[in-house]
Parts: sequence; structure tokens; C-alpha cells
Amino acid sequence: MKDTEALKTVIKDLFALENLAVIATQREGQPFTNLVAFSATDDLKHLVFATTRATRKYANLMADSRISMMIDNRQNQVSDFHKATAVAAIGRVDEVKGPEKADLMRLYLSKHSHLKAFATAPTCALMKLTVERYDVVSRFQNVMELWMTP
Amino acid sequence: MSYILALHDIRDRHRDEVGGKGFALARMAQNGLNAPDALCVGAEAYRLFVEATGMREQILMELNRKPFEEMRWEEMWDISLRIRSMFLNVPMPVELHGALSRSLDAAFQGEAVVVRSSAPGEDSSKTSFAGLHESYVNIKGTEAILEHIKLVWASLWSDRALLYRQELGLDVETTAMAVVIQKIVAGELSGVIFGQSPNDPSLAVIEAVYGLNQGLVDGTVEPDRWVLDKKTGLVRSHHPAEREKVVVPAADGVRLEALAAEERSRPPLDQDKIPKVFDLCLKAEKLFGSPQDVEWTFKDNVVFVLQSRPITTASSTESEDKRPWYLSLHRSFESLKALRNKIENQLIPGMVEEAQTLATVDLGRLSDGQLAEEIERRSAIYERWVGVYWDEFIPMAHGIRLFGQVYNDAVRPEDPYEFMKLLGDDEMISVKRNRILENLAAMIRGDGQLADALRAGKGFGQSDGFHNALDEFIDEFGDLTCGTDQCTQGRDAMINFLLEMAAREPAKASARPKELEALRHQFFSGFEGERRAFARELLDLGRASYRLRDDDNIYLGRVKAQMDRAVDEGKVRIKAPRRINSDDLQAEDVVRVLKDVNFVPEKTQLVKKEETRLEVRARQLVGQPAGPGIGKGKARVIDQLSDLMDFRAGEVLVCDALDPNMTFVAPLSTGIVERRGGMLIHGAIIAREYGLACVTGVPEATKRIQTGDEVTVDGYLGIVVIHAVD
Repeated sequence: MKDTEALKTVIKDLFALENLAVIATQREGQPFTNLVAFSATDDLKHLVFATTRATRKYANLMADSRISMMIDNRQNQVSDFHKATAVAAIGRVDEVKGPEKADLMRLYLSKHSHLKAFATAPTCALMKLTVERYDVVSRFQNVMELWMTP
Repeated sequence: MSYILALHDIRDRHRDEVGGKGFALARMAQNGLNAPDALCVGAEAYRLFVEATGMREQILMELNRKPFEEMRWEEMWDISLRIRSMFLNVPMPVELHGALSRSLDAAFQGEAVVVRSSAPGEDSSKTSFAGLHESYVNIKGTEAILEHIKLVWASLWSDRALLYRQELGLDVETTAMAVVIQKIVAGELSGVIFGQSPNDPSLAVIEAVYGLNQGLVDGTVEPDRWVLDKKTGLVRSHHPAEREKVVVPAADGVRLEALAAEERSRPPLDQDKIPKVFDLCLKAEKLFGSPQDVEWTFKDNVVFVLQSRPITTASSTESEDKRPWYLSLHRSFESLKALRNKIENQLIPGMVEEAQTLATVDLGRLSDGQLAEEIERRSAIYERWVGVYWDEFIPMAHGIRLFGQVYNDAVRPEDPYEFMKLLGDDEMISVKRNRILENLAAMIRGDGQLADALRAGKGFGQSDGFHNALDEFIDEFGDLTCGTDQCTQGRDAMINFLLEMAAREPAKASARPKELEALRHQFFSGFEGERRAFARELLDLGRASYRLRDDDNIYLGRVKAQMDRAVDEGKVRIKAPRRINSDDLQAEDVVRVLKDVNFVPEKTQLVKKEETRLEVRARQLVGQPAGPGIGKGKARVIDQLSDLMDFRAGEVLVCDALDPNMTFVAPLSTGIVERRGGMLIHGAIIAREYGLACVTGVPEATKRIQTGDEVTVDGYLGIVVIHAVD
């Protein structure tokens, strides 16, 4: 349990400080990356972000829900090599619909209140990433995995 | 600001910039004490150097490979070696080189100097860490001085400094090092006066030697001691030394020589000089306002003050603080030579004889009571040798480090561990043992009938040759399975292991490439005249140190095997009649059962390995690169000795701490991963012998990696990858 809690703390601390993440989707084998604003549920099982439905990332995710999302605290300095932590979340994405949407939207806007008009627009979808595992990279090359589903 | 200041230009505001030693020297020079001329290279020069060359981040990356609290002293030593190598190989920025050269040329004009560290906080009145950083004596010429300035800078990150990083407040982002360049005074006699005895504040103590102070400071020359009354300066007592040696300036650095006969019989200080030294101490105390340790030297009857620092009493008294012991592992060349002599001519023969004598005892003829006493006697003998191992054998390993440092200074190789290639020329006992095992395996490989007979457990069939060879092996090296729970299986476990060896291609110790001769030549060509003889002697010492580091464990293993033999005999005796499951009993329980027929030991339980949790898995673990190469295979985690017998060819050996008595499985493996860190640990040494990839210093290696995991050992970068079981 100690290991798990320690790793969860590292992830939560990082998520508390970072607003943006890079997501990777794919279409016909061609990877595609984007920046998104994200929020995480307290149990770290889900990450949410918003996108308009006309985007390539939305189309890609509708065709293949597999996703990787990276959150890191690099400062674009040389010191990043020993100081930075990067977390990759691997899992699948669904568009949030139904009763859970209100809660997840509240969660999302509590961190990104300035995106209210964007996230609540009829053309915008709230996406929920269900995390299978986190890869936590620290000290340049130390990699630990936190599996959310055994 | 100027990068370099003369002593008379240093003011109060420069205190942090010039460090404790530089500031104290300046104050003494400005207040009429006779200090040799000196310049002070300010900390700004260090900052410019590490900033402009990118060294600061490289140091940060080295120090942040893993948490400090998980680092062993040996790993700190390795890190220091790598950092020192960077300082040696990175040239000074042109602007800095130009500025320093001009001042040094003007001040010294080729005269010999001492290049001393002057780290901030090094000599503060709260703590004293004298000797954690380096000083270099008798350096001539501007280029040589500049090179030694870099070495003094590098010593800011010495293993000793890293051990005391918290007390020193070491911080890569902010800590910097000033350097004092002082004209050398080639004194005829030198010493230290402690303005206040640590045991009695009413006393002062003088230590004095002939020649330069270096012999006294590094412990190779024993000093005469005088205890003085602090108030009157009168001598209370004199403790003469056995005066034998003297350190004098040599063409390049210093040299230890035999002391002239007339000086052996005469103390270095007489009634005229003692008051002069005492007076110097009082003046320094008055100037700085607290009792001082003062280093001094006499030349032509004139006393010079070389440095002064406040006396501190705040030394670590915690018995659990092992750092003073680690510091004691730094041995001088002379001390190591004496130690080698003792180990080779006294200790190892003693250990061999002890094991042989124990082997002659027919344990089967002893009564139970006698056997119990024999187990106790053997345990005591073994414990005594373990004590010798820690006190004498482990410090000998410093010969490897000393050679490495001298090699790197002379050759400046890109790979700071290149020197290790020159050390493995002599066959270690563990490698000889493995070579003979390989021969036995080859006999099986080449004789199908023998292999079939052995596999069927039908003995040796027609092969007397194999039978005899195995006997000879066991006579020389003992039963490898002893100490494991398979010892009582006699030869069967050994034969199973040999069958496994025979089932795969023979492993060879890595061939010594021809480049070795070139490396040797390259090393020796860095020395001239008498220094070359020193280089040869040092290489010889380094090789002996390398060999002994592994061999002494084998010899110790033989003593242990004799202890185990008696314990095993006891286990067999109590098993059948008493129906006691004795396999896992400790020696003391076996003794109690043998002595007391009514004693029933509590059932011993092996500590069960913590259950693996699925939630957190290691994907990539970072340790220290200790054997270049890539090894890929299934992991075999060694939790106890008997796990070695399950080892299969092509597996990766994962263990907490590998002992040379366990390395017989190394030739079967494709890589070695060890929790203990350091370039000189046995796992790393045997890996280099067989050209295996090796990563050491992997935190919780045996917990993070499971037997059966597919792993890749990257011995170049010091990384272990545990592949996903998708």
C-alpha cells in the first residue's frame, strides 16, 4: 500500500499544478497529438478534457477510443533532466453523456473556469479517459507503473 | 569582479568569496603573522566555470540518479570519480583561463606553489571538515596550477564531502569553491599546534615532523607530540615518535623518504622553537578571538604560518554514524603497501591454515556434546575472521581507487573506469573455480553416455576421469552447495548444476584485448624518472587490491564452509532420532538440541517475501552502470543461497548482494542486477570478467523484479527494463 499511495501522491501533486496535457490519438496508424486542458477525479481513475466535435482528435477518438495522455512539469530548462516528472495515462475515452456529465463538468470547470463558455457550448464534447495505467517517469529515466485495473 | 585576489587586497566583504581558509590567511598576513605569499581564486571563478561549461547540470544529473538516502558510500565514491573526470576533461573557458593565467604568471613566475581548497563553511567555527577537500603540494607552472585548481574544484564533490553534504550545506545550485594558491615554503620541519587540547582546555598540543606537513596530515609519518600548559607555554610532557620517514618536495609533488640517521635520534623541535610555535598560536587566537588549529613550518629557523582554523569540538559522537569509518577507508599508498604485505603474508595464510586444520577433524567421531562445542568453536573462529575482513580486507580495496585516481590524472580518459581494464590481469580464485567447473561441464558435454548416466542418477559409469576431477574440485573449492539447504544432498546438486552448465555453449572469461598493452604504455608514459617506478608500483598494488578483493571472500568462504560442515553434521544427527525438521535451524539451535535432549526449537520460519501487488510495477529502474553490455532474459531472483541451484542458463541474476562464493553461476547468466551499488562490488567484478551487462545500486531490486520477469539489463546506461507481460 505504501508504494501505491506514494505513487498516487506524486501523480496528484503533479496534476494539481499542471493545467495542460498532450493527448495522442491515431487514425489509420498515423499518430496525432494535441494540447488539452484536463482535470482528474480524486481517485485518479478518470481524466476529463473538452473538445469540439469538429476536430480531428474527436474524429479519431470516435473511430478508436484508445488514447495516451501526457502531463509533465518541465520548465524548458536544462534542470528538467533531473527535476521534471512526466506521467503518461493510458486508457480509453468516452464522450460523457447522461447523469454523470454535471459532476464531471463541475470538476472540469473548477480547474478551468475561464473555459466555461467553450466547454458548455453545444458543439463541445466533454471526454472522459478511463485510465488503465499510469507510467510515472522521474529522475530522467526511472519509470514506475500504477495499474488502475489489475 | 576580479576572479583572483592577493592576500593584502582581501577585505571583510570578500569573506564568502574567498572561503574560510583564504580569509584567515589574508587576516594573518595583514596583521603581521608570517604567512607565505598567496593569491586567492574567488568562488566566482568556480561559478563561471560550471555555468559556462554546462557542468552544473551534469553534476546535478549525477547526484540525482537516485535518492541520496538510498546511496551507499561506494556509489558516492563512483559519482565523485565521474565528476572529477569531468572537471579534468572539460577545458576552462578562454576568458577565465586568460584572467587567471595573467595573475598567476605575474605572481609566481614558475615558482612552486601549494594549491589549497577554501570552501565556504569548510573551516567555520561550528564545524570543521578539514580534509574533505583536496590540496596539492609543489605544483609548478601556470598550466599545472590551472589544472590543479580544477581538481580542487572537483573535490567540492568528493565522496567525503558528499557524506557530510548536510553539515556542509552542499547545494549544486549555490555552493562554490574558492582556491588558495600559496608559495611553497619547503620547510625543514613542520607541524600543527592545537591551541586547546580536546581533552583539557588548559593544555595546548604540538605535533611536529621533519620535512613537509603532508606526512603528518595523511598519517604516513608519525609525529612527536608535546603537551604545553596553555597559560605559560611550558612543556608538560613530550611523546617522541619512532622517527623513520620524511616527506620532501619531489620533481612533481612530494615524496616519502627514509629519515637521516641523525634526525631519527633528535626530536624535530627544540627548546628554542617550541616557544615560537606557541607564540604563533597565541597570536592567531588573539586575532580570531577563539582557540585555533595552526599549521606551521620552519625554514632557516624562521617559522611560517600555513593556515589557521578555529578548533571545533562538535564532532559526531553518534555510534551509528558510520561516516568516520568510511573516511578511514581512504588509505595512502604507503599504508596500503603495508596492508597488502600483512594480508598476503600473514592474514590469508592464516585463514587458509585455519580452514585446513578444521577440515582434518573427523566430525563423525565426535560425541554430540563434543560436536556442539565444535560448532561453537567454529562459529567463534568464523566471527573472528569476519572481523579481520572488515578491519583489514575491505580497506585494501582502496588500492583500486587510488590507482584509478592516479590513472585518470595521468591519462585523462573519456571513460573514467578505463583503468579497471588494467587491473584484472591476474586470475582471481573465483574465475579459476569457474574455469574448472567449465572443464567439468565440457566433459559431460563431450560424453553422451556420461551425461545420460548422470541424468539418470546412475553415478559416474565408466568415467573415472570425471569422478576424479569432481573430487579434486571439491577438495580445492568445497561443495558449492554448502551453505544452501542442498548441502546435504552431497554431489547430486553439484551434478545437476554441471548438467545445466553442459546444456549450453561454454562461457569464456572475456579475452584481454591487445589494447591492454597500449593502455599500460599510455599510463606509464605519463610519468618520468622516479615517478615511473612509482607508477609501476601503484599498478602492481592496484592489481593486488583488485584480486584480493574477490579472493579474500573465497578464503573466508572456506572458513565458513568448515563452520557449516559442523552445523550440517549436527543437523543430520538430530533429524532422524529426534524427528526434528532441522533444515532451517540456526547454528545456536543445533547446538542447544545437541546439548539438551529435551530442548525443542521453535519452528523456524523463513521470512516470506512480501506479496507482489499488482497496482504498482516497476517498468524501468535506474542504478549505476557497472558492466558495459546489454543482457536480455528471464530474471532469477536470488533470495537465499539455495535459489542459486535453480539457476538456468540464459537467465539474468538478480540479487541483493552477490558474494564471490555465489558467482559460480555468473557464466550461466546473461546479465547481473544487484541492489548494492558500486563499481567494485563482486557482481560488477565478475560481470566484467565475463563481459556481462551489469547494473548495480538498483533500489529494492529483489522486490521490484520477480523471478520469471523478462528483463533487459542495460549496462551502458545503468538501467534495468522490466518488460510488460501483455
